[in-house]
Amino acid sequence: MIPVGFDYERPQTVDAAIALLAEHGDGATVLAGGHSLLPVMKLRLAAPEIVIDIGRLAELNYIRVDGDEVAIGAATRYRDLVISDVLAAECALLPAVARTVGDPQVRHRGTLGGAIAHADPAGDLPAAVLALDGTVVLRSPRGERKVPITEFYTGVFSSVKEPDELVVEIRVPRTGATGWAYEKFTRRSNDWAIVAVAVATMPDGATHLGLVNMGGTPLRASATEAALAEGKSIEEAAALAAEGTEPPTDSHGTPEYRNHLVTVLAKRALKTASA
Amino acid sequence: MKVDITVNGEPTSADVEPRTLLAHYLRDTVGLKATNIGCDTTSCGACTVLVDGESVKSCTVLAVQVDEQSVQTMEDLGIEHKVTAAFRQEHGLQCGFCTPGMVMAAVSLIEENPDLTEKDVREGLEGNICRCTGYHNIVRAVLVAAGKDPDAAQAAGADDKTVAPGFSAGEGAK
Amino acid sequence: MSILGTRVVRTEDPVFLTRGATYTDDLTDERLTGALHLTLVRSPIAHATITSIDVDAAKDAPGVVAVFTGADCDLAPMLGFPAAHKAMLRPFLAVDRVRYVGEAVAAVLTEEAYQGEDAAELVDVDYEPLDVVVDMKEALKDEVLLFPEAGTNLVSGMHLNKEGRPEDFFADCEVVVSKEIVNQRVAAAPLETRAATAFWGEDGRCTLFLSTQNAQAARDEVAGWMGIEPSQLHVILPDVGGGFGAKIGADPEFALVGWLSKKVGRPVRWNESRSENMTGMVQGRGQVQTITIGGDRDGTVKAYSLEVVADAGAYPRLGVALPMFTRMMAPGTYDIPKVWSTASVVATNTTSTAAYRGAGRPEATQAIERAMDLFADAIDMDPAELRKRNVVRPEKFPFTTKGGAEYDTGEYAKAIDLALKAADYDGLRAEQKRRREAGDPLQLGIGVSSYVEITGGGAFVENATVQVHEDGTVTVLTGTSPHGQGHATAWAMLASEQLGIDVDKITVKHGDTDLIPKGAGTMGSRSLQTGGIAVHHAAIDLVELAKQRAADVLEANVEDLVVADGSVQVKGTGAAVSLAELAGREELKAFHEWDAKKPTFPFGAHVALVEVDVESGKATVERIWAVDDAGPILNPLIFDGQRHGGIAQGIAQAMLEEVMWDEEGQPLTGTFADYGIPSAAELPSFDLVTMETPTTINTLGYKGIGEAGTIGSCPAVHNAVIDAVSHLGVEHIDMPLTPMRVWAAISEAAK
Repeated sequence: MIPVGFDYERPQTVDAAIALLAEHGDGATVLAGGHSLLPVMKLRLAAPEIVIDIGRLAELNYIRVDGDEVAIGAATRYRDLVISDVLAAECALLPAVARTVGDPQVRHRGTLGGAIAHADPAGDLPAAVLALDGTVVLRSPRGERKVPITEFYTGVFSSVKEPDELVVEIRVPRTGATGWAYEKFTRRSNDWAIVAVAVATMPDGATHLGLVNMGGTPLRASATEAALAEGKSIEEAAALAAEGTEPPTDSHGTPEYRNHLVTVLAKRALKTASA
Repeated sequence: MKVDITVNGEPTSADVEPRTLLAHYLRDTVGLKATNIGCDTTSCGACTVLVDGESVKSCTVLAVQVDEQSVQTMEDLGIEHKVTAAFRQEHGLQCGFCTPGMVMAAVSLIEENPDLTEKDVREGLEGNICRCTGYHNIVRAVLVAAGKDPDAAQAAGADDKTVAPGFSAGEGAK
Repeated sequence: MSILGTRVVRTEDPVFLTRGATYTDDLTDERLTGALHLTLVRSPIAHATITSIDVDAAKDAPGVVAVFTGADCDLAPMLGFPAAHKAMLRPFLAVDRVRYVGEAVAAVLTEEAYQGEDAAELVDVDYEPLDVVVDMKEALKDEVLLFPEAGTNLVSGMHLNKEGRPEDFFADCEVVVSKEIVNQRVAAAPLETRAATAFWGEDGRCTLFLSTQNAQAARDEVAGWMGIEPSQLHVILPDVGGGFGAKIGADPEFALVGWLSKKVGRPVRWNESRSENMTGMVQGRGQVQTITIGGDRDGTVKAYSLEVVADAGAYPRLGVALPMFTRMMAPGTYDIPKVWSTASVVATNTTSTAAYRGAGRPEATQAIERAMDLFADAIDMDPAELRKRNVVRPEKFPFTTKGGAEYDTGEYAKAIDLALKAADYDGLRAEQKRRREAGDPLQLGIGVSSYVEITGGGAFVENATVQVHEDGTVTVLTGTSPHGQGHATAWAMLASEQLGIDVDKITVKHGDTDLIPKGAGTMGSRSLQTGGIAVHHAAIDLVELAKQRAADVLEANVEDLVVADGSVQVKGTGAAVSLAELAGREELKAFHEWDAKKPTFPFGAHVALVEVDVESGKATVERIWAVDDAGPILNPLIFDGQRHGGIAQGIAQAMLEEVMWDEEGQPLTGTFADYGIPSAAELPSFDLVTMETPTTINTLGYKGIGEAGTIGSCPAVHNAVIDAVSHLGVEHIDMPLTPMRVWAAISEAAK
């Protein structure tokens, strides 16, 4: 199947990309790895007038320590997260999560910025960055703004990102090499998660849980986090993981099943992270 | 749009619609028909080729995205290549349709991890569907191409109760 | 040393692994220059009347040469299966009604392939939706009729057992167990989708390149649909990228491509997308079965009843016939005194059904093997022990079953014992017991299946031609139709055995109806026992012919001649003449038609080990040990490859795959992203155990191996998953054994 025809631009700088976005507004779509965008374009569920390719912008491809945070360029590919020595030492949750996205071919193309911007509640990396209390850096002709990921998502495939804004960077705290876990539940190895739970231990010692596919956006297991903060056991805390969620229904899971599954996965992830 | 793409070491150039998929560029513009298209959803991997040495699914890459980059397809390997030779020796193909993509996925996998176990191979080929072989002999072929003893690797795999991943991660730090 | 039985790497592979195989969509034949691309507009509604179709905008789109609708098409609607209700006719393009999502409504021809999808979007069809029936048992009520003119959704009464089951059928049984189980719809999903390319020659004949499993049957079928003589149609099969039964014969689109090509006077190419394929290509299985089994507490099974409702889909195809095999093979490997069965085939607003690897037999095996486990559970006997007590004894062969089949040869208990031994069955049971007692969240399940199937049952006659050329090479023509099965290698081995000429010098040709006018293709695990045997005999005939000619050349008696190393030699002397030289003097060729007259019955036993995470419901196949006996093995490389692929497809049905629709008939598994084909990561390596019991039906003792793995593995895995949670009170779970289903069954049992 073939996408509807479109115009294509591959700007050489971020500024040029932003100028193009401003010029074309709603008719433009940003392409990085293309592994979420091109399949829906081929199925003709999306038909942008112009595609702006930022996938090869070197200035958006980096992983570096910046103060208390690790800064990651939006066009950094999953594969680069997986093999990053910086992340292995400074924020080992991210490469572990990236390793579970799609398959090797997808990981050779897909980017962190693309995953964050796409706002798919079944995506792995948004929930991981959410667990980490990360920050999304957006740039537009009006300048740059930093949005805490806790305030970024507004619904299924939607966020506070304006049409003329480009995700340029993701920032996560330096949580180190330990104290994390990712429990992803799939039928097949490269399927989307039916449910997944990311656990991060924050620099202040707090335990955070990011949930995949338990609602219209990535969610935190707030009740579980609060219970842990109060000193409850892992079993007691994990049993609360479905509180406040609104999981979807599909052929892989009813809300009832997902509500159960998330408690099992939370328990296992917490045990792994604390081991 | 004009693109210049090096394919199997040879320069190619054409004026293409931006929506032209790399798979179609290779098949219809360059005329290399080994690369097949088996699905619409980036699921089957039959169209796998290497872009600058890394495996990608060419049905989900636009030709314009790889302008001035280098693409390699199965046609470039020859029957003496360690991967194609192993596929033949181990009967890693039947109808042949998934084969070009499977072979290129294997080339990339071995390049990235020369020290493969059976589990590594199975997980490393998760993006490629074969309907004929049940993967048994494909896994053997990739192990052989990686210089491993397939009998020993499969025996070790049989003892490993996590061969088929249920919970696919849970690799928390100890 | 004989080449038969040795591991010969495939002769087709060097091409497949370098420039790649040449499938229909790869053709660069110059006669196809200027070919138009066909894009079909397909119905997005499962059941509706068509109130109008507007093609004007599409006709004006770039590159569009022509647009046709049902009103333009003068091909007479076809009946997809002879025994189906005569009113259940299928138009080549829908006229006033659509009956499933994916039905072809309009045909768009464009200069370029990319233009076709753009233009197809512009065809404006108005649908008036009708009530939809997807569920088979609902369809049997005839409340929503697909063909009002038929007055019923019952496609055929051919499998109905009109005598009814005797009231006292289970009267002498101490224990009777009954269960309704589903053998779900699955998609064959060969990696190459359907494809057809046509052109008409100046001689007025149509040449059609097709992706199918049998060129000659496709020729006859398509010619019939097009209203031309078969002699006016030349069907050529390029390489075919898998079939698994779904490419048997022809599809209506093939005739449409030929018709369109004539209509516009240009070559036409059609290669469907995967999304089209997932609703357009015939699908397999799709039965609701009621199984009832009775016997005594000592483990004697006395009576078995199987009631089947089978789904034909919207338009009857080969699926209508398959309950015949399900009923015939109902008793499986068991010597059961009383067996009763019946089947209804019903139309629904879904994709048509036909053969898929096993085609009617896996459904029988699944039913009896689930029944045996249910009965074993009811009388508290080990399921392997129950099977061994009830299988047909070796001394009873040939054995005519209560299903009406005549089993040729078999050693069913031995196969079970070999599988149990390979698996260390007792050791597995001990580990299972340990985990149960420990309350481990990861429970083990052990499943056993004993199976027998019928192969070669579709067509007993096949032909072969063997010709030696003056350059010493050999051509074999066969009526079989390989699409992954390695006939180029296997048939070369059979010819090489007689001629003493290396397999690399032997070319096997197939799938060209001008070159090979007769042939029945490859399906039903028939090829080796029919086509292979024909090659064997043709090669022997050629040897006899060569000896007679050589007798003149060598001035020797025919009785003193032998053929070895590609030449005819006089025993005990150095005198010889090569087959190549004989071929140079006069055409050296032999044709043989072999009639097997009867089918053969491969059998075996599988043991599956699964691990079930009882907290999440996730089941994982850890190991499978398979004994598959299909007689002597011609080439172990190819033989085991067939088993591997078969085992994987059986596991896939048990664990992952199901074609689904919602209540409105909208497909929920319309792409490979939704439909659960396993990758390497979901499967273990397979442990194969060799057993070779020849058939008496043909000269070399061969049976068929194409479908055995699927038939054996699916019930073994199914039984294993239920076994893993049986101690929690679970009796049955329908396939596929998804995490949610397993979890729900555990939860339900706990209530």
